[in-house]
Amino acid sequence: MTEADFLFLRDYLKRRSGLSLGPEKRYLVESRLSPVCRRFGVNTLSDLVGTLRLSREGPLERAVVEAMTTNETFFFRDRAPFDLFRDVLLPRAIAARAAVRRLRIWSAAASTGQEPYSLAMMVHEAAAQLAGWQVEIVGTDLSTEVLEKARLGLYSHFEVQRGLPVQLLVKHFTQVGEQWRISPKIASMVSYRPLNLLHPFDHLGQFDIVYCRNVLIYFDAPTKADVLDRIAKSLAPDGAVLLGAAETVIGLTESLVPDSQHRGLYRQGSTARAAAPPPRMAAGF
Amino acid sequence: MRSALVVDDSAVIRKVARRILETLDFAVRDAEDGEKALALCTEEMPSVILLDWNMPNMDGYAFLRLLRQSHNGDRPKVLFCTTENDVGAIARALRAGADEYIMKPFDREIMMAKLDQVGFAARLSELV
Repeated sequence: MTEADFLFLRDYLKRRSGLSLGPEKRYLVESRLSPVCRRFGVNTLSDLVGTLRLSREGPLERAVVEAMTTNETFFFRDRAPFDLFRDVLLPRAIAARAAVRRLRIWSAAASTGQEPYSLAMMVHEAAAQLAGWQVEIVGTDLSTEVLEKARLGLYSHFEVQRGLPVQLLVKHFTQVGEQWRISPKIASMVSYRPLNLLHPFDHLGQFDIVYCRNVLIYFDAPTKADVLDRIAKSLAPDGAVLLGAAETVIGLTESLVPDSQHRGLYRQGSTARAAAPPPRMAAGF
Repeated sequence: MRSALVVDDSAVIRKVARRILETLDFAVRDAEDGEKALALCTEEMPSVILLDWNMPNMDGYAFLRLLRQSHNGDRPKVLFCTTENDVGAIARALRAGADEYIMKPFDREIMMAKLDQVGFAARLSELV
């Protein structure tokens, strides 16, 4: 791939998806787009760039953007936050909410649905303990385009192979041509709403568990602090927030504090508790 | 050292898989059918087997059945690999004793993700 080809792809992807590619990501472009070339019968990356220069919108163009951005989200991304959900957060929530039998989970950067559907599959695995419960998973994202894909619940074979255990693929997906569709049962557990985290979100109500991963990294420090403060206010007093591995609250706000036992997990700090409305429930988890 | 056995009747797939697995710090052997693969397993049981489903002589299903019955044959993690993507074929392979499934075409990233799922996390040096 020539320098001119890389620069074209960098600008093209920035324009189409907001993806910001530094020169060190050159290898990523090559490794991601080579399979696209094979799929579409294009011989080289230079030929691919030549085609993109001439065309506007079609399957090839969408495949290029998708191949470069799917790394932003995949099923059970990073695994540890989902192990934590299954092993710690969900059992504690089941104990703490036994009286009200209601649980609200927010996937704050839902993208194309892999994170909320991963959570939904884990809730489904605990179905025996959740009989008669109302479990609501809300997925929000800035982009209505990605939410449309999330609602459709259709994934390429590349997407279902990143992180999704094959047993869950067999259990919860059906093949539709070249793609895989999530089962109506799992899909119905998640509702999607467009939301810019920079705007107010108190209308979403209070949540017991919030997954807000790998989105704050795109914001400056004051914006991060503002978003974290407002998430803390949307959190049940005994609720939990999961941030991405490269994200933290330290030095930004005291409305959320790190959990000493679990990396990436945060709870309401004293400043959020002082500002929050009276606790809805007494039991803690 | 971690070891892998690539079983596929396509020389191209064997070459691509070998190259990817070697970058992930696996010592790689390969075989073009189930019979030759079983002989290699008898010599030394690999940590991971990347197994094609449709092969002449002995197909993936027959190989896997014999492997799992053999001494220490329960040890290797088996990723079966085919272009047949229907749920029935996948479920049949899981019942036969496969641990994970890779659809062709695959790339290094998918291979890393699947290896991670069966307990072979990438080492730090392989992520850069």
